[in-house]
Amino acid sequence: MSIVGEAAPAAGSNPWWPTPYRVERRVAETGDTVTLTLRAPTGTAPPAFAPGQFNMLYRFGVGEAAISIAGDPARPTELVHTVRVAGKVTESIAGAAPGETVGVRGPYGTGWPMDDLPGRDVVVVAGGLGLPPLRPALLAILARRERYGRLEVIYGARSPKDLVFYDEVQAWRRRDDLRIQVTVDAAGRDWYGDVGLVTARLPDARFEPARTSALLCGPEIMLRLTARALEQAGVPPERIFLSMERNMKCAIGLCGHCQFGPDFVCRTGPVFPYAAVRDRLDRREV
Amino acid sequence: MTATGSPPSDRPRLDDHPFFHGFEPEFLRRLEPAVSERTLDPDAILFREGTPARAFYLVRDGKIALELHSPGGPPLTIQTVGPREVIGWSWLVPPHRWRFDARALKATRLFAIEAGPLRAAIDAEPLQGLRLLRQLLPVLAERLEMARVQVLDVHRR
Repeated sequence: MSIVGEAAPAAGSNPWWPTPYRVERRVAETGDTVTLTLRAPTGTAPPAFAPGQFNMLYRFGVGEAAISIAGDPARPTELVHTVRVAGKVTESIAGAAPGETVGVRGPYGTGWPMDDLPGRDVVVVAGGLGLPPLRPALLAILARRERYGRLEVIYGARSPKDLVFYDEVQAWRRRDDLRIQVTVDAAGRDWYGDVGLVTARLPDARFEPARTSALLCGPEIMLRLTARALEQAGVPPERIFLSMERNMKCAIGLCGHCQFGPDFVCRTGPVFPYAAVRDRLDRREV
Repeated sequence: MTATGSPPSDRPRLDDHPFFHGFEPEFLRRLEPAVSERTLDPDAILFREGTPARAFYLVRDGKIALELHSPGGPPLTIQTVGPREVIGWSWLVPPHRWRFDARALKATRLFAIEAGPLRAAIDAEPLQGLRLLRQLLPVLAERLEMARVQVLDVHRR
């Protein structure tokens, strides 16, 4: 990666310069989605991250993609990312085998409002690949469970075979200190769970709206419908937090690819309070 | 659960179900002879597509899968309906035939209200009938919204 005539910048000193990480583990979540565990170069540790932040993952000679951090904040030496194949770059990242190298820039963006959550009921709503960005927050809450009120998780996916972190979700189901509802858009007869939108599961969630904070991540239309339903249920809009997905390229607020009205999602997001973006969500031009 | 002047009864009442909260007692009494309780074992079929929609069902507990069939393919569950929810409106809309199959996913208890007497009660007491339609319309709207989002296949993107 050295450039002729220039000294190669030390990793981290140049925001454009990816640090080479080694793929330690690769777990196939679904037919097109994998979870990679990355290790920092020998003698270094990944930079600390806040739940909800993302990294830019780079495959040398192919390209770069913004991928949320899905790992446990209590295990900072493991950098975990869940990647779904959506094009050439993500296909290359998802195809990285153990021992291969993936470049990492980051972490970037705002995280979930973890300091706002203690003492409150927490409702977590994930749609599809919205679960991995919420997983660090969930793990942090579960690690200090006594600090929070009720914990309700609603997880929606396209079909049963599209559920990610399946074993962990099953383990969460067995806990008595959180309630999780899993629903899919459609299913065959081998599925005995719920079928329908995540919003249809909200009436069964137990929380005190006025003392609830909600964390939402998933397709934008799901975010819009869910935030609206939570607000109608009485959750204050400034306590509903959405992780917005936009096409991020530079991740440092320069290129404008991720512009969302007056904000660059990579810099002032990806997590926004619903109260701050509500008016923009309904505008199709934004 | 005990009406004034009546002996105590354990028999569940229609207004125990959220759908009928707030209806006039007289209207509910009119419906009473048409109401029965149904219990389904897991996998039992409640009704099949194309058959006459002879009742309006309200789920008390358990879970019902609404299924669509396509020729040559396995049945597809398009929605599940659980406690405090209601099933369908084919009993109200001519030609009064179900548009999908309904199958119990687990042991399920329902109220069944015979469609004929229910339609007659709506005609006889239009204000209560309007109330019933106002209760049913949000269910319809929610399911329409759900179907639209399902068509968009948003999780695929």
